[in-house]
Amino acid sequence: MATTDHGVTSPTRARIDVRTLRQDRWWLSPLTTFVVFTAFVVYATLRAFMGRDYYATPYLSPFYSPCLGDCVEGASDFGQPFAWWPLSAALIILIFPLGFRMTCYYYRKAYYRAFWLSPPACGVAEPHGSYSGETRFPLILQNVHRWFWYAAVLVGLVLTFDTVLAFRPMPAEYAVGDGETSGVHMGLGTLLMIVNIAFIWLYTLSCHSCRHIVGGRLRHFSRHPVRYRLWTWVSRLNESHGRWAWYSLFSVAIVDLYIYLLATGTIQDVRFF
Amino acid sequence: MAYDLKLRVWRGDRDGGDLQDYTVEVSEGEVVLDALHRLQATQTGDLAIRWNCKAGKCGSCSAEVNGRPRLMCMTRLSDFEPEETITVTPMRTFPVIRDLVTDVSFNYRKARELPYAELGPRDADGKRRMMQVDVERGQEFRKCIECFLCQDVCHVVRDHEDNKQHFAGPRFFIRYAELDMHPLDTHDRRKLAQEAAGLGMCNITKCCTEVCPEGIHITDNAIIPMKERVVDRKYDPLVWLGNKIGIRNKDNEGRAEV
Repeated sequence: MATTDHGVTSPTRARIDVRTLRQDRWWLSPLTTFVVFTAFVVYATLRAFMGRDYYATPYLSPFYSPCLGDCVEGASDFGQPFAWWPLSAALIILIFPLGFRMTCYYYRKAYYRAFWLSPPACGVAEPHGSYSGETRFPLILQNVHRWFWYAAVLVGLVLTFDTVLAFRPMPAEYAVGDGETSGVHMGLGTLLMIVNIAFIWLYTLSCHSCRHIVGGRLRHFSRHPVRYRLWTWVSRLNESHGRWAWYSLFSVAIVDLYIYLLATGTIQDVRFF
Repeated sequence: MAYDLKLRVWRGDRDGGDLQDYTVEVSEGEVVLDALHRLQATQTGDLAIRWNCKAGKCGSCSAEVNGRPRLMCMTRLSDFEPEETITVTPMRTFPVIRDLVTDVSFNYRKARELPYAELGPRDADGKRRMMQVDVERGQEFRKCIECFLCQDVCHVVRDHEDNKQHFAGPRFFIRYAELDMHPLDTHDRRKLAQEAAGLGMCNITKCCTEVCPEGIHITDNAIIPMKERVVDRKYDPLVWLGNKIGIRNKDNEGRAEV
């Protein structure tokens, strides 16, 4: 890939005609990110546009929650105000978690490196002739991250509600033993949803905007002891923000896949009680 | 145990230069700077190197070792295989003067563009007071030794010479953050950080944090908080509304925009 004469090969700089002298496998990390993110985007796009197989009693796919469009019976716990919506119900709601992740400070680092090669790795020259960062449209819109965070908190609450509903008794066709269907139910789907919501909250609450809102914006920690304490907690979570971003990405896809397999009858729910 | 180390060192000046190969005897426990000093003492008396403390505290011996910005005095030879060739070049973001020495005056120009703290009035007894918890917040940023490795690795200026005019760089973003978090400072630097210092040029790819020899969390604790403060000022309608109806953050009272 060609370097430019306004970067590391500028006239005043040490004359070295390669874009990097790094000898380690610096390309492995951005390549991994590229492959995994691309796989997720392809999977999520297919599932979002599919518009079916997102509900298997009592589980609702996180891609479709809250289900506000013309959803199947039992899936809409918050009504169907967009029942007129002709496309998949996922498209109504996915903009919020998608926007939250697209503007996330961690994901920005990951996709700027892996997809835009800006830069591909530290000390490796980027291939672009000019660079304006996040100062112009559309990247200046990254500044709305905190608005997506507000929405993500609401989505997180809805997904928490869905997880509670995943303990609901199963209908008769799922009965075990002598046909008992009442009481609390727990299956592998419930367990997956618990793990998923835990990662979703860890990711949402470790957000840099959350850290700023709860206390980071203050100049005097000493005058706001409660907010300072909250800030220290969020700061601790924030150190692993990238990890929660990855884990929650996987968990949300796995929950959706499990529900898809249940809804299509490919597998039966593993029921614990 | 001594062994022969293969070194490849960039030699030259602004008119040109190239990587030259040397073999120098080194001992167990030595660092790259030791090897270069022995090379200078035994084979290349005119090799230009900037160095001072040999303890990772003065920030003088910044260079690039195998393409990665490092302090030469803190790069152990034991991190490499004995048969490996170690390539040492000057920092590739700044104009070269000679051999491994670069002209880092870009950073001093940027430092001059940053207004120093303007403290408010003293207390009645003539003293100024800060609570310990507020003092501690900025201490991380005070660890900076001004080695300028973060400036060197930042692709905004490393790969785009024309951006140097409008971009202060990570070293100065931690200074902006430190002063903006200072409870006694009366300047509001958010507009300056966004416009004159080019905070929006940073796309938070975190290379500055990766290379910092002091382990300062430049991106998470300085750049992103400053970006969020800029959002407070310009892109958050809730903050705007709060200001309009008088429910605003009293924490910023007494500050004037510079």
